[in-house]
This record gives sequence, structure tokens and C-alpha cells, in this order.
Amino acid sequence: MMAAIILVCSAVFFLQFFVWYCRSIIAVSAKQPLSPEVQDVTGIQRVASGTDFNRVMQLLQLCPERPEDRQGIQAIGAYFRMLSFVDATIARLVPSMKSWTDAERGHCTYFAAIALERRISFSRDMLAQQMDA
Amino acid sequence: MPGSFDYGVWIVCTLLEACVVVSALRSNSLSRYFFLNIYMGLSFLASVGRYLVISRSGVSSMEYAYFYFYSDALLTIGLYFALLNLYSLVFDEMKVGRYLKIGAVVLLGGTAWFSYAVINQSSHRILSHFAFELSQNLYFVGLILTYVLWGAILKLRETRARLIQLVLSLGVYFSAFAADYALRNLYPNLQGAFHYVTPMLGCILPAAWTFSFFWVNEEARLAPSRLATVSR
Repeated sequence: MMAAIILVCSAVFFLQFFVWYCRSIIAVSAKQPLSPEVQDVTGIQRVASGTDFNRVMQLLQLCPERPEDRQGIQAIGAYFRMLSFVDATIARLVPSMKSWTDAERGHCTYFAAIALERRISFSRDMLAQQMDA
Repeated sequence: MPGSFDYGVWIVCTLLEACVVVSALRSNSLSRYFFLNIYMGLSFLASVGRYLVISRSGVSSMEYAYFYFYSDALLTIGLYFALLNLYSLVFDEMKVGRYLKIGAVVLLGGTAWFSYAVINQSSHRILSHFAFELSQNLYFVGLILTYVLWGAILKLRETRARLIQLVLSLGVYFSAFAADYALRNLYPNLQGAFHYVTPMLGCILPAAWTFSFFWVNEEARLAPSRLATVSR
């Protein structure tokens, strides 16, 4: 009985904490501006759309990976899949959810674009170091 | 003997634990988040210890079972101190550190007593069952305490982005492990699935804390109330 209560409460808390954690990661990156170069590459001018997420992730995978940002990208990837699931199921029944999931999916895309920007600058720094050496 | 999956997860998890301490050192945050880093250091030592016990006695040995559950119970107690560290940072200006310490010790003792009482009533009073029951209850109490801390962050309008991320990732970790232990308690015959899931859950906290220490500046700010509300 005790274990069943713990299981139900933990599952609810897990979902809440996961959503808040992902939103905190996105909120930190949302304050950073995108460079014109990354804006051109990703096609994101001012507001990012959830439909661009997979394309930006593909671009991200073309850049050399950084172990420090892998965890955040994986967490946001899982959050995006969860939002897509909600968008395809619950949001069809509750219209107000639809605008929220669309906005959140757009924020996920912007986070991926910021991660792309970091990886590009990291690759550029590495190249510059090799040239100097 | 453990397979390549076990060794892979073990290596990733152990490296991430070391990465947390290195990232904290690099960002000059070691003293501010002292107990968090002590906990990660201890986790690193426990991971190495588990590997040594496995290579000497085997994964199905009693030595490993005892070492695993007791080190886990001790690490969970260590995590309480890490949580206390976060509490003292959030309530820094209110000068309530003494009350927090007393409260944490009372809760810790109470949970240990409750776990012992549950095991004492059952027909097989095995010490490893006590460690298992204690871990499950400690994770759940830790989860409640993290939830209360998150409530305090919202109420006090705490804006430090790194602190907020450390608390939220701790909430994810506690809830994942409390659910995992409860499932293991309810369905003991599903050991095959837990064999893969549990070690991967262990990577959540070091991965999230590495990310926070490495990428999030101590000066970065965000509004926590915006994280908890759904804009329409």
C-alpha cells in the first residue's frame, strides 16, 4: 500500500519537475540573441517554430559534439517529444493547450539554435587553435 | 558478470560525477555548493568501490548486494546534506540555518525509525531489506522536501538560475528514484527491466549538475513563477 502511494505521488512529481526543469533550461537560453549567421542557417528570424526543431537538431548533429551540452540537448529532445505527444492527443480535445504546446515547441527550437551557435563557435575556436599551433 | 551495457553506463555515470566537481572547481563554486560537491565526490568513490567489489566477488554475490544497498542508503543521507545546502542558500537572508539543521536531523532519524518499524513487523527481518526500505522512504521524503523548497523558491521569488536548476534537477532525480524503488517493491519479479533502468536513472543528477555548473553562470537570473505557470 505504502509503495503504491509512493509510486503514484512520485510519478506526478516527476512529470512536474521534468517540465519545470526543461523550461528553466529554455528560459536561460531564451535571453541569448542568435547571431545573423545562425539565423541564416536555421531560418529563424525572430520567433522559432516547433516545425523547425528536427531540422535544427540535424544541423546540430553535423557539428562536433560537446559532452557538456549533451545532457541539456537530450533533456530538451525528450521534452519536445513529450510536447508533440500532448499536441497530438490532449491538445486536440483542449484547444487552449494547443497554443501552449506550439509556443513551447518553438522555445525548444530556439534552445536547439542556441546550442548550434555554441557548437559553431566552439568548432571555430578549435580551428583557430590548430591554425596557431 | 556485468555486460558491456553495465560497464558503459557505469563509466558514463562515474565520469559525470567527476565532471560535476571539476565544473564546480572551474566556475569557483566549490565552497558555495560544498555539500553538493562532497556528495558527488562520495558518489564517485562509491562507483569505484562497487566496481572493485564486482571484480572481486561478482555481481550476484552477497558482498555486492550489501555494499550496493548500504552505500546507496549512505549516499541518500549524503544527498540530504546536499539538499540542506540548497535550503541554506535559499533561506540565506532569513538566518534560519540552525532550525534547518535541527529539522533535517529529526526528519532523517524519523525516516530511519519508520523504515526499521516497517521491517520489524515483517516476517523476514533482513538487514538488506532495512537498507532497501530506508532508501525508498528517504528518496520519498527527499522528494517532499525538494517540493517544499521549490515552493519556497516561488514564494521568496528566488531568481538565481543555477540554484533553481540544481533544485529542479534534484526533484527529477528524487522522484525518478522514489518511483523506481516503489516499483521494485511492488513488482520484484521484474528485476530484468530494473537492471537496465536503475543505473541509467543514476546518471540523471550528475548529468544535470554538470550542465548547470558548466553552462549556467552564477549571475544568470530567471523568473521561477514563469516556469510554473502555463500561459494561455
